[in-house]
Amino acid sequence: MSSKDVDALARRQLVGIAETWYDQFTEGRIPSLTLPTRTKQNIEYDETSEVWKYGERGTTRTANSEKSALHILKMAYVIGFLKQQLQESRSSTLREMYYISEGWKRAKFSAQDESNMLVEDLEIITELSREAFHLRPEEDGASVYGPLRLKETTKRGVRDIHCQQDVGEAGYPIPNNVENIEFVEHDAKFIIAMETGGMYARLMENGFDEEHDAVLVHLKGQPARSTRRMLRRMNQDLGLPVVVFTDGDPWSYRIYASVAYGSIKAAHMSEILATPTAQFIGVQPSDISDYNLPSDKLTEGDVAALKSELTDPRFDTEYWRRQIKLQLEMGLKSEQQAFASRGLDFVTKEYLPARLGEMGIL
Amino acid sequence: MALAEKLAAQQRSISVAEFFEKNKHLLGFDSPTRGIITTIKEAVDNSLDACEEAEVLPDIFVSIVRTDRDVLRIAVEDNGPGILAEKVPFVFGKLLYGSRFHQIRQSRGQQGIGISAAVLYAQLTTGIPAKVISRTDARAAAHLFELMIRTEKNEPEILRHEEVEWDRTHGTRIEIEFTGTLAAKKRLIDYLRYTAVVNPHARIQADIDGEFHSFDRASEEVITPPEAIAPHPHGIEFGTLKRMASASSDDVETFLIAGFSRVGKKSAEQMLSLAGIRGTRKAKGLSSEQLKVLLDAMQTVNVPPPPASLCLSPIGEEMIVQGLEKEFSMDFVRARTRKAQVFSGHPFIVETALGYGGKLDAEGQGQLLRFANRVPLLYQQGACAITSAASEVNWKAYNLSQQGLPMGPVLILVHVASTNVPFTSESKDAVAAIPEIEREIVLALQDLGRELKAFINKRERSKLAENRARAICSIIPDIAGKVAEIVEKPVPDIAPIEGQIMRKIIARKVTREGTVELSVHNYTRSPAEVMLYLISGDDASGADQPPDFTDAFGDEFNKVWKVRIEPESHWRVHYPGRGGGSLDMRGVEEKMKVVVDLDVQ
Repeated sequence: MSSKDVDALARRQLVGIAETWYDQFTEGRIPSLTLPTRTKQNIEYDETSEVWKYGERGTTRTANSEKSALHILKMAYVIGFLKQQLQESRSSTLREMYYISEGWKRAKFSAQDESNMLVEDLEIITELSREAFHLRPEEDGASVYGPLRLKETTKRGVRDIHCQQDVGEAGYPIPNNVENIEFVEHDAKFIIAMETGGMYARLMENGFDEEHDAVLVHLKGQPARSTRRMLRRMNQDLGLPVVVFTDGDPWSYRIYASVAYGSIKAAHMSEILATPTAQFIGVQPSDISDYNLPSDKLTEGDVAALKSELTDPRFDTEYWRRQIKLQLEMGLKSEQQAFASRGLDFVTKEYLPARLGEMGIL
Repeated sequence: MALAEKLAAQQRSISVAEFFEKNKHLLGFDSPTRGIITTIKEAVDNSLDACEEAEVLPDIFVSIVRTDRDVLRIAVEDNGPGILAEKVPFVFGKLLYGSRFHQIRQSRGQQGIGISAAVLYAQLTTGIPAKVISRTDARAAAHLFELMIRTEKNEPEILRHEEVEWDRTHGTRIEIEFTGTLAAKKRLIDYLRYTAVVNPHARIQADIDGEFHSFDRASEEVITPPEAIAPHPHGIEFGTLKRMASASSDDVETFLIAGFSRVGKKSAEQMLSLAGIRGTRKAKGLSSEQLKVLLDAMQTVNVPPPPASLCLSPIGEEMIVQGLEKEFSMDFVRARTRKAQVFSGHPFIVETALGYGGKLDAEGQGQLLRFANRVPLLYQQGACAITSAASEVNWKAYNLSQQGLPMGPVLILVHVASTNVPFTSESKDAVAAIPEIEREIVLALQDLGRELKAFINKRERSKLAENRARAICSIIPDIAGKVAEIVEKPVPDIAPIEGQIMRKIIARKVTREGTVELSVHNYTRSPAEVMLYLISGDDASGADQPPDFTDAFGDEFNKVWKVRIEPESHWRVHYPGRGGGSLDMRGVEEKMKVVVDLDVQ
């Protein structure tokens, strides 16, 4: 689909929402809006796409309460704004739209969160991503380093970039709209995505990418949509397996889950953002005892998060149940950089090759 | 001369009249201001009592005329049964002369002090004799008396007595002149109003120095006068028992059965065997010692409570509500009449009412109206058991704020009816703290408090619902406007949706591009007739429905449309103008109407 076609589709879809309301008005019905419930109780595994998506549970907002009426009014203003933006081929950031809403009187947003949620609602209804509405996220894409050549269409023309030879130590920064990237060639065997900058730099310094033909990706904590989309595209288009390397605590497991299965907040985007074949490499709770890693005690919050994961459908596998229960028994957690206690080369020479071998990647 | 002899020369008996001359405050004559209220109160109480006994609807006229700079002439006139000419001098000219002192039943006055004390007070301040006219029958002549009291003897002195022409066929008029001021006029009017509240069968008219007040009848029902009953064995004191026994010619058993209420053969026998007295003995012959033993036995034996329904005449819940509604404007008013109870052998009934909202003062403490035997209590509120009982109730539990009494637009009425209301003093200003009475007041007020809470909650809920609907109804047009803009179609009619949300009558004003549109939608199930009032800078000339009335003041115009709208339909007017101003709709119940002014954001 050309970008012109995408624009036209986005406009049609957005105006379609307003048309539904218009029809409700003329039929003398109070305008309403139905959306899937966005909680972990309402995400389901989709067999065909192998990702987690929203289930059947829906919430209908009818404008017969002040809150819902205001919600619909705000959405109408957002639709009006996006329609105009598409018409004029302009784009804006979520934050800019938040400030633009200052002029919408009663329909103005009370917080940035509110506008983000509204845009996500629109994505769900239209089955389009916010990029299709010409809305840019504020969030910072992470970076890639490895034997990969790509072309990026920028506003100033097409750039040809090799992600080892043409970039500095920070690597190639992933742009907001990953659809603007075209892969040219690569010499990679797999992709390793890391939670922390420290580990990313360690692998780069130790030459792990060259030694094992690996593409290094720095997730920068909870990965942005563009980072997840980049992983998905490299996995799909280049056929490269993806492994995720994080700290050994409950919050880090969720980073893995959002890469592999999609996040609860953006389950409507799972099909284009999630990499269902992504595997978790570590730090596994069993590694803490196996390698005698320096560790901290689990806090109350950690324990609660682990218990919550036991009821999360995304962690409902034999592997995860065993690991989470083991961690709850030990009451310990370790960071990925704790491997340094066994020397700076231990992680690249011993731990990762061993794990990659176990997982059938090396 | 020995000191005792010296003293003996000074020792002599004191007449009641002399005593009260020196102790005016005991009777409520402590100041000239208060003297007026006490005089009118005593006279009106007597009139109401008399009318009740004669079973006529009271028609009472009160007048106060200033005859000199500080001399006031007070007159109270009624349509009661009148007083026999030979009795008139005693009723008005002798203290402690009355018909009700020895009777056990509910009545306003009792001791026969009140009105003669007023006569005495007049005589002390101005020296002008009291003037009384009384007539007992249309066929009898009216008698005029001019009276004074001989204080040293407590006997009436008749200065003048003649038959006169009088326009009333029966009734009594008393005229008293004394030095005083009208400083307490407000309290006097309060007294008359409160009297009207608890005597809804009475018509009271008052001319207070040229200012006319009328308190109309709310009920045409004549009150059945309460009957006198025999004393109850549990409420009797030694002196009374001794007096009754010495006046009896019966044997003790018959004396007990006949002389006391609720004493039958069985309880009489129990009392006598407990006291160790043979029932066949003459009551008259019992010694003081034996009477004391008998009195103890009478207290011990279980006897049913006195027959309250005979001797008490409560106002009744319906009458209290009617009486309050005619004198006060309130959103909520409920009354409660409790069952008769007994303290020390005296039957009593507590009645309370609770009013809320309306035109009651929303600032400060609520009003407390205290009554004893249908007489308003105006003084010493702080010393009264009614006040302490009303303050003891936890009003906060009923969503009212409280500082002793509840705060805000609240009215509390408490009426204590008894054969013997326990006052703290003879001026009858405050009810004494009797636990049984206080308990009844608290229970009755708690009961009403719960009902008030339910009312306030319901009102809050409907207010919330209305605010909600009002809010939605002002957002919906914005949605419609924006949606129409997006789909590039004309703005849809949102009236059906408003109706769905409101089920009410909606007046709406909106100004677009120099045209003012005023509409009324009737979403109820019945036709409505309303008046639309719009005050704005537009004169509405060129309106497609010209106003029924236009009035210019300053640079603004008051426009009135009178509209009838069938159910499920609407009415509209357009005219060129700038809009703004203020819109009101009348002729619709407040809770059924919504005024939406879209010019005001």
